[in-house]
This record gives sequence, structure tokens and C-alpha cells, in this order.
Amino acid sequence: MIELSGVHKAFGANKVLQGVDLTIPRGESMVIIGGSGTGKSVLLKCILGLVQPDSGTITLDGTDVSRHDRDAFLARFGMLFQGAALFDSLKVWENVAFRLMRGALKRPRAEARAIAVEKLRRVGLGPQVADLFPGELSGGMQKRVGLARAIAADPQIIFFDEPTTGLDPIMSGVINDLIHEIVTEMGATAMTITHDMSSVRAIATRVAMLHGGVVRWTGPVAEMDATPDPYVQQFIHGRAEGPIPSVR
Amino acid sequence: MTALLAALGRLVLAALASVGRVALFALDAIGHMLRPPFYAREFGHAVMQIGWFSLPVVAMTAIFTGGALALQIYAGGSRFNAGAVVPQIVAIGMARELGPVLGGLMVAARVSSSIAAEIGTMKVTEQIDALVTLSTNPMKYLTVPRLLAATLTVPVLVAAGDSIGIMGGWLVGVTRLDFNSASYLKNTVDFLEFWDVGSGLVKGAVFGFIVALMGCYHGMNSARGAQGVGAATKAAVVSSSVLILAANYLLTEVFFSA
Ligand SMILES: Nc1ncnc2c1ncn2[C@@H]1O[C@H](COP(=O)(O)OP(=O)(O)O)[C@@H](O)[C@H]1O
Ligand SMILES: [Mg+2]
Repeated sequence: MIELSGVHKAFGANKVLQGVDLTIPRGESMVIIGGSGTGKSVLLKCILGLVQPDSGTITLDGTDVSRHDRDAFLARFGMLFQGAALFDSLKVWENVAFRLMRGALKRPRAEARAIAVEKLRRVGLGPQVADLFPGELSGGMQKRVGLARAIAADPQIIFFDEPTTGLDPIMSGVINDLIHEIVTEMGATAMTITHDMSSVRAIATRVAMLHGGVVRWTGPVAEMDATPDPYVQQFIHGRAEGPIPSVR
Repeated sequence: MTALLAALGRLVLAALASVGRVALFALDAIGHMLRPPFYAREFGHAVMQIGWFSLPVVAMTAIFTGGALALQIYAGGSRFNAGAVVPQIVAIGMARELGPVLGGLMVAARVSSSIAAEIGTMKVTEQIDALVTLSTNPMKYLTVPRLLAATLTVPVLVAAGDSIGIMGGWLVGVTRLDFNSASYLKNTVDFLEFWDVGSGLVKGAVFGFIVALMGCYHGMNSARGAQGVGAATKAAVVSSSVLILAANYLLTEVFFSA
């Protein structure tokens, strides 16, 4: 279980998070929605310790994230970055198998490669891409390689930052199914950022909307449509008119 | 007037703060050097990038410098009938000063820029964050191999540059200045002492460390976007070049002042 309470983060004068309170129960698939630039990516990075919050507490299973043993803590996580963040000096399969080739999870090279090829298949990429370099792939393919890397070591907690942005509708469907499967079959806890309402409905068990530096609304996905919150309503229906200004 | 003083004070404080940050970064890197894991593959890659591929540019620099040095020493020496000292002065000039300094500066231009651009790009495309989430320490994975490779290979480059520079002097001496080939070489070998060459190699190691340190430091601290990477690259080249020249003066004082 991940619990955030009163998390604040500012970059200079830009107050991004202004008191985020959120609980992600174990085994749930939490989807974060909200306009671009509202700090969704920053929120994930705060949990991982990539960005230090200015104040507030973040705990994992009741222990503050900064007090966990760092290696053991990170070994439980997988993260897909918004821009995929593949290592461009390494081949696709070496990217996917990165965690499997060093450190505590080290396996023989051939075995790591086989796992990588299998994970690539699950994100809809054939074995022929394994030996390409990330620079030779389209943006959508890079995104899927990033996804394969995030799930390569079967993490308990997975963060997906806009997993379907830039993918065609069919691929989006494949990825949504995959995320759903990871959560239901492997019992992982997932946190997904997305703007794509069809993804939200496909993968979320719970939804949280971030706006103005705080969580405006959170609840089970089934209650999302019925909530009277005008921010949520404007967002899920994609209306230009409403409390969220269109110039931000 | 007070505004001017305040501005000056801020400038000095900012400079001191950045010296402090670089020093902390260097200590952190050295700390990581002494603790496992050690990424051998990254180290091998860095040795090729920093050492092997810098050889052509260092060789070109050295051969032309050695040749020009021979001409100048002959011209200057002839004014007081000392034209014959060309082999000795070329040798000592190359080994003690020009080999390490010019080699260091060429490596600074070539290597600190590419390190800063590479690591800076990794930083702004979240690859450094990705490394962390994959339980890999960026200091160990990126900085340590480059620092070690540069510190170990630049002395080798300096040794190669010294030899090639001396050859350049010999070529010009024999073809343009009517020196006897055998006696030119004999004079060079008899004259050079171990420490003439050794001091240059020590300088090379220090300059190599500076080059990689500045490349990694500015890359890791790159601001966001293409502009951030551009600024980091520029800062890496300028700071490593200036630091090399300053360190060269200090080392020369330490090694050779009576
Ligand atoms: N490392 C950083 N330095 C400065 N500003 C940042 C940094 N990371 C994010 N920001 C700013 O924080 C705000 C939220 O960014 P982000 O979390 O990426 O938004 P999104 O909700 O679209 O994912 C933006 O205004 C962005 O410019
Ligand atoms: Mg984002």
C-alpha cells in the first residue's frame, strides 16, 4: 500500500504539488488523470525518490519511502517513463533485460535475452526488433520497449506514465489488456497516468484526478461517471467549457 | 557603488559554491570507485572512446608542434650560436610541457564535450532517472568508468604524443636544418632524464581526471532541453581547458621550482 499525505513540491516559483493526499491499496490499479502540466509525472517521481518533495510524507507499507533500503525498495518497482527513456547506446533487448543482467537479479546472458524477447512479444513486438537500437524505432515502438523493460523483472508495483500516448487504437488496446492482465493475474499494484478515457475504463479499478496541485476527486472507477465534481465531468467528457481553463 | 559590491560579492559566492559542488562530486565519484559493483564493459568502452579514438588528433597535434618547435629553437638558438641545442630542447619541451598540455587540451576539446553531451542528453531524456529505477547508480555506471578510463589513458596518450612530437622535431631537424640523424637521436636520448618524461605522465593523469570530471559533472547537472545540453557541453570544455592550464602551472611549480 502506498500512502501520500500533504505532499508539496515546487520548482522555483512554480508550485506543482500543493498538498497531495492519496492512498493506493495493494493490488489496485490506480489511474491518475488531469490536464498536462498538473504534476502527474512529478507525483510518480516523488514516490520513487527521483524528485524530493518539499514537505509531506510518502509511505510504502507503512514505512516512509526514504527509510526503505534503497536497492530493495527499487527492486519492487517497475517504471515506464513518459518519454520511454531507453538507453540509446544499448540494443532493444539489452534495454529490456537491463535489470536482469546486473545486480541481485543477474542471470546468464542467454536467459536474460530469452526473457527480454518474451516480454517484447507481450507488448506486441516481434523478435526481429530485439537486436535493433532504440534510435531505429518509432516513438510508439520505443514506448512499448519501455513498457517491456518496466515489467521485465516482474515487479510488485508498476508505474506507467502515459503508456498509450502515441500508439494506434489497436496497439492501445493491446497495452490496456496487458496492464489489466498484469494487475489481475500477477496481483501487482499499478499506477497509470493517462489522458485516454478508454484506457481509464479498461484498466482502472480506482481513479484520481489531479488539478491545482491537489487530488480533486478520487474513488472507484464505477463512481467516476456519477460524480457531480465539475472538474471530473469536464475532463472525462473533454469539454472546452468548464472550471478548468483552456489556457494554462 | 554598493550595488556593484553586492553584485561582485554574489559572483564570488557563486564561484565558491560551484567549486564546492565540483569538489563534492569528485569525492562522491572517488568513493564509488572504491566500492563494488564495477562495470567492466562500460570501462572498456570508455577506454576506447577516450584513449584509442583520441590518438589521431593527439598525434597530429604533437607532430606539427614538434616540427615548429625545432624551427623556432634553431632560429632563436642561432642568435647566440646555440643552434645545436635543438634536439635537447625539443625533447624537454615536449616531455615536460607541450606533450601533456597540448594533449590534455585536445582531449578536453574532444572528450569532455562528448561526455557532457552524452550524459546531459541522458539526463534530459530521463535516462538517468531510468537507471536509478533499474537499481543502477549513475555515478558508478556512468561517471566512474569514464573517470578511471581518462585518468589511465591520457598518460598513455601523452607518452605517444611525446614520442611523436620528438619525431616531428627530428624530421624537421634532419630534413630542413641539416642535423645528422643518428646524433640527433643520440642527443635526445642521452639528454632526457626519467623525471622529464615521468612528470609529464603524472600531469597527463591529472588532466585526464579533470577532463572526465568536468564532462560528467556538467552532463549530470545539465539543465532541461537542448539548450541545457548545449550549455553543459560548453561549460565542460571551457572549465576543463582552464583547469588544465591552471593545474599545469601548479604541478610545474611543485615538480620543478628550485
Ligand atoms: N525537473 C524539473 N525542473 C523544473 N520544473 C519541472 C521539473 N519537472 C517538472 N517540472 C514542472 O512541473 C510541472 C508539472 O510537470 P509534469 O509532472 O511533467 O506534468 P504532467 O502532469 O503533464 O506529467 C510542469 O510545469 C513542469 O514544467
Ligand atoms: Mg507527464
